[in-house]
Amino acid sequence: MTATQDVTIGRRPRRSRASTETVGGLVSPADRRRRGVRTTLGGVNALVLMALVVMGAAPVYWTVKAALSGTQQLLHEPARLWPDPTMWSNLSTAWSQLGIGKYLVNTVVLVLGTWLVGLFVTITGAFAVSVLRPRFGSWVYAGVLATLFVPGTVTLISLYVTILDVPFTGWNLANTPWAIWLPASANAFNFLIMRQFFDGIPRDLFEAAELDGAGPIRLLRHLVLPMSGPIIATVSLITIMAAWKDFLWPLIVLTEPSVQPLSVALPRLAERADLSVLIAGMLIALVPPVIIFVIFQRFIVRGIGFTGLKG
Amino acid sequence: MAFLAPTVLVFAAFSWWPIVGAVRLSFQKTNLVTPAHWVGTDNFRRVLDDPLFGTAVRNTAVFTALDLLIWFPVAVLLAVVISELTRAGALYRTLVYLPVVIPPVVGVLLWKTFYDSDYGLFNDILGLVGLGPYPWLQDSTWALPSLVLQHVWASLGGAVLIFIAALANVQRELYEAAEIDGAKVRHRFWHITLPQMRGVLLVMFLLQAIGLFQIFTEPFVMTNGGPADSTITILQLIYRYGFEYGQYGTAAAASVMLAVVLCLLSAVYLWATRKWGSR
Repeated sequence: MTATQDVTIGRRPRRSRASTETVGGLVSPADRRRRGVRTTLGGVNALVLMALVVMGAAPVYWTVKAALSGTQQLLHEPARLWPDPTMWSNLSTAWSQLGIGKYLVNTVVLVLGTWLVGLFVTITGAFAVSVLRPRFGSWVYAGVLATLFVPGTVTLISLYVTILDVPFTGWNLANTPWAIWLPASANAFNFLIMRQFFDGIPRDLFEAAELDGAGPIRLLRHLVLPMSGPIIATVSLITIMAAWKDFLWPLIVLTEPSVQPLSVALPRLAERADLSVLIAGMLIALVPPVIIFVIFQRFIVRGIGFTGLKG
Repeated sequence: MAFLAPTVLVFAAFSWWPIVGAVRLSFQKTNLVTPAHWVGTDNFRRVLDDPLFGTAVRNTAVFTALDLLIWFPVAVLLAVVISELTRAGALYRTLVYLPVVIPPVVGVLLWKTFYDSDYGLFNDILGLVGLGPYPWLQDSTWALPSLVLQHVWASLGGAVLIFIAALANVQRELYEAAEIDGAKVRHRFWHITLPQMRGVLLVMFLLQAIGLFQIFTEPFVMTNGGPADSTITILQLIYRYGFEYGQYGTAAAASVMLAVVLCLLSAVYLWATRKWGSR
């Protein structure tokens, strides 16, 4: 009975809204008509909204405020609502003196590369396994699936050893962006959900196109890719958000400060920087993911459903 | 075949090979400069003999238990309340997910300033109502719970959104039937809502537990394992073995031990998604 649980949250609320009106949820329409219940619900509502504002919005607001405060004022009145004077110069100090600008560029390079290399590997691989179905395709798929059982942190040490001396090539990738890009592209989850989506495309389409003489590259470019917008968007956002958050792996393979992303640089800077300037730097690290979230909320929320439940 | 090449190459070099390598390395001694040599089970013995390993296991276990104990009921409760209360839940969902969007390092550094016992926001606000000042991260009893609180804040949103989605799928006809039978809201929650959500609940519980066993950023950035090793975790100890002491074999041995536990959890997780997961 629960076998058909659907987790694409993106379009969920609209339907549930309609059904609370007609059928009723845990608290039924009959309950809602009672005055006591309505008052209680109203009270709980106010309480929850307040808690969510404190939990979600307040920390972001505080970061903005603190980034524009003088350090002395920040230390002595941490709960002050708005700084006086407003220190806009903190942002430029953080940007140039702490080198936040440089670390931001490093972060963007790492994130975009992770995204592009990851998409390339995932799409070609999933396309091969799902559509072309070569002889060893199912073996490769099983091999990819098996890596889901081994969380990344477990291979931390040996992956680091691999990065220092990539098998058969002798490359040392440490302190280069490839040390981030390549391991991140071996992502079983993305591979899985991409393959699952490709599996849903009717096979007749491929057969018809093949009869018309279309080769694999044309199948991919003109048939599969145009139909795969939603899944590519979802995988892209999962990848980008995860890459922006990544900390432990870049900490290990990017020991050279000049190539480090914000996440690795900030804790190091925290040891010597002026507090309010440091927080200005944190604000700069925080803004891009928040903006991406606000714009692409729908896809991200759907992505959580994917990573959370689709296995 | 050409299309499969990038996948095979990348997985072979950066996933399959390191998995084999982790096991091999755990039986070797190497500083990555001179050639590695086999040492049998010495690395495992060294890890088990290290008193800090026991501390790290205990801390990780306490962290995991405490975190799940707070995180789980709060997430379920918030999801139920939000989906019952709101017609247009977009604002609620955005607010609840915002902490998850904040990069972990930024969130941790932010809370580190909040926790500061002399100049922090928390003691300042609590002082207004005559409480504190509390030592938070400076006290070996309270440091770990303080980290847990931060982690619960950072990880609540994802679960709440998933639970909200699952709640929308609970069969509403059952609520009506139960209401006619005179079941109170509390009973409807226990006997209809929760049983129908048990698949999602189990999956999210396991995912959170798997993540918690590998907790690193919070203790590393906020307390660096202190005070007096009261917040050092397994992964942080592995990091120390490998990247601070250069004992890569010892670090790999500890990783392999962690892997065994995590594989079991992952297996249960995959089994649960198969059984109850979507489609």
